[in-house]
Amino acid sequence: MSGARRSPGAGEHQGLALRLRGVGKVFDAEGLNVTALNGISLDIPYHRFSVIIGPSGSGKTTLLNLMGCIDRASSGVVEACGQDVGTLDDDALSDFRAAHIGFIFQHFSLVPVLSAYENVEHPLLLLGMGAAERRERAMAMLEAVDLADQCRHRPNQLSGGQKQRVAIARALVKEPAIILADEPTANLDSRTGDSIIALMRRMQAANAATFIFSTHDPNLIRHAEEKFVIRDGQLVERHSLDSAP
Amino acid sequence: MILKIALRNIRRNTRRSAMTLSTIAVGAMALLVFGAFIANMVAGYETLMIRKLGHLSVFQTGYFEFGTGNPAAYGISDHRRVMALMDQDDELKAAIRVASPVVTLYGIAGNFRIDTSRTVMGVGVVPADQKRMRQWNEYRVELPVPTSALLADDDPALGLIGSGLARMLGLCEATGVSGCRAPPPRRQRVDGAPSGEDFSELLPPGEADPVHAGLPRIDVLAATVGGAPNVVSLFVGGVEVQGLKELDDSYVGMHLSLAQKLLYGRSAPKVTGIVLQLHSTHDMDRVRQRLATLFQRQGLDLEVRDFTELVPIYKGVIGMFVTIFSFIAVIIGVIVMFSVVNTMSMSVMERINEIGTLRAMGVRRAGIRNQFLAEGGVLGAAGASMGLVGAVVVIFMVNRLGLTWTPPISPRPIPLKLMLDGQGLLVAGTWMGLVALATLAALLPARHAARMEVVDALRHV
Repeated sequence: MSGARRSPGAGEHQGLALRLRGVGKVFDAEGLNVTALNGISLDIPYHRFSVIIGPSGSGKTTLLNLMGCIDRASSGVVEACGQDVGTLDDDALSDFRAAHIGFIFQHFSLVPVLSAYENVEHPLLLLGMGAAERRERAMAMLEAVDLADQCRHRPNQLSGGQKQRVAIARALVKEPAIILADEPTANLDSRTGDSIIALMRRMQAANAATFIFSTHDPNLIRHAEEKFVIRDGQLVERHSLDSAP
Repeated sequence: MILKIALRNIRRNTRRSAMTLSTIAVGAMALLVFGAFIANMVAGYETLMIRKLGHLSVFQTGYFEFGTGNPAAYGISDHRRVMALMDQDDELKAAIRVASPVVTLYGIAGNFRIDTSRTVMGVGVVPADQKRMRQWNEYRVELPVPTSALLADDDPALGLIGSGLARMLGLCEATGVSGCRAPPPRRQRVDGAPSGEDFSELLPPGEADPVHAGLPRIDVLAATVGGAPNVVSLFVGGVEVQGLKELDDSYVGMHLSLAQKLLYGRSAPKVTGIVLQLHSTHDMDRVRQRLATLFQRQGLDLEVRDFTELVPIYKGVIGMFVTIFSFIAVIIGVIVMFSVVNTMSMSVMERINEIGTLRAMGVRRAGIRNQFLAEGGVLGAAGASMGLVGAVVVIFMVNRLGLTWTPPISPRPIPLKLMLDGQGLLVAGTWMGLVALATLAALLPARHAARMEVVDALRHV
C-alpha cells in the first residue's frame, strides 16, 4: 500500500502543532442532525504531552479524529503543523497523515499478517524511504521499545503490552510531529498500562513529539502536561502546567 | 508489501482460500482439458482435410464458380509448365510438400451386368502423390494413415469407389463391403429411356484380363470436351468409405491418366486442378500470395483456392467448436467470478478495522483498492497455476489410457487424445483470463473497501 508521496505543504514550525478555531462536528444520524462538537477552539504547542478527558459520549474521540485528520470538521478551521487540513483533498490528506501524524489505538490495530518488524516498517514504506534506512529505523525503534528480539513475531504471538509497544514504535518510527492516542491503556492491565505510559513519556522526550491522548486513565492523566476537558461537545476546561492560554 | 500482504491474507483463512483456489483450479483444468480435446479434434479434422485436398488448389480462373458444371471447359492445358514454375521458385519449393495434378469429372457409373447405374463424381489422381499426401501429419495427431485401397501408379485401370456406390452398383459382395444388401430388382423401364446394353455397346469388346482377375468391373460414362459420350472401364480395387453419405454414394477414385482419357478423349489431356500440400499450414497465406504474384507475372489465367473454400463446412465446424468452448468458458468464468467476489467480500468485512488503521496511517484510497485487487489477482494466479498443473496431469493420464472415439467425419474410431502441445494461446489465454477475471471480480469489494470512511472503519469492531 505504498506509493509516491506529494508534499502536503505543511507549514514550518510556528510554535503550534495544532490550532483549532470554532470547530464543530455534526453527524447525520438517520435524518437527525446530532452535534458532537460545538465551537471548539484550542491550541496545542509542539512537544506537549496532552490529554483530552471527559465523560463517555462527550466528543473526545470525535475531537481526536479531527486533530488526526481522519475526519473533517463540519465547521471551523483545523490547522495541523500550520496546514489548514480542510483545504486538502482526500489523497493530500492521506499524504499529510503519512508524513506528520502517528496513531496509537486502543485495540492496538496492528496488521495481523505482518510481523512486529513489518508493522513498524510499514509507515516508512508510505514515505517512499529506501530499504536500508527503513531497516535501520525500524530496528532502532523496536530496540527502543525493547522488542528487538520479538521482531519476527506476528501480533498473535505477542502479549497486549507488547502489541501496544509495537503500535507505539509504529507511530513514532516516521518521527511525526503529532501522535494521537485513543485510550491507549484501556485494554491493558494496570502494570502494563504504567509501563506503556512510562514508555510513551520516554519516547516523547527522546523524539520531541507532540502526544495527545483521549483517556479515562487517572495514571495517564497525572502525567499530562496539558489537560482539555470536554463535556457535551464543548471545551469546558483547560489546565496547563505552564499556564499557556 | 502489497503482494506480501496479499499472499499472507490468502493463507490467513486457509479453508476459504482453498475453496476459492479449488474453484479457480477446477475451472482452469476444465477449460484446458476441454480446449486440449477440441484442439485435437480441430487438428485431426484439418489433417484429414489436408491429406485429402491439400492446402491449396490451383484452378483455371472461373473453375471454382462454374467449372464443376463443365469441367472439360476449365482445364489447365499445360500443368507441367505451371508445376515447373513453382518448382523453380525457391520460396514455393521450400514450402510445398506435394504438388499433384487432379482431374475432377462428373458422369455415370454402371454395372451393366446387372443393369444398374448411378451418377458419380470421379477424381483422377497420381497415386504416388496421393500416398504421400496421406502421410502429412504436421500436428502429429494419431490418425490412421490409410494403407489399403490405394490406387497403383502402374495400373491405370484400377479404381476405388465409395461404399455407398458399391452398394448401389451391387458390388457389396465383390468388394467385401459388409452390412449392405443387393439392390432391389429394377422397375419397368420408361419408354424411350436408354438401356444398359446401349452403353455397353460403346465399350471395347471384353477381353480376358489376367491382371485384374477376380476384381469387379464398372464402366464410367462422361461427356468429352467435344460433347461426345465417352466410356472407360474401371476395375474396382477397393472401397474407400467417405465420411459424407452423398459423397460415399457417388465417389469414384481413379488414375489421373484414366480420368484424362475419359474427359478429354483423344484431345490433348488437361487437368482440372493442381493440388498443393504444404509442409505447414502456417505458410498457406504466404504461398497463396506468392502464387498469385507468380501467375500474374507469367500471364497465367489461374486462381488459387484454399481447402476451407473447397469445404465450406470446415469453417462452420471450427466455428462450432469455438462457440462451444466460449460458452463453457463463460459459464466457468461466471462461477469463478462469484467465488472470488464472495471470498473478497468476506475478506473486506473481516478487515474493516485494518482498513481504517491503514487509512489513518496514510494509505490512500487507491492503495486500499489495489491491495484487494492484488489479492484477487494472486488468488487467480495461484488457482490458474494449480489448474494448469492439474490439467497437464489429467491430459497425460487420458493420453495414456488408449481411449478411442468415432468423430462424425470419420468412418472408424480414432484414438481419444488431448493436445496441449503447441496450444500456447489456449494455455496463456486461460491463465491470463482467469487472473484477469479474479482481479476484476475483486474490484467490487475493493472499491467498497476503498470508499470506507476512516472513522467508520476504525469504529467497526
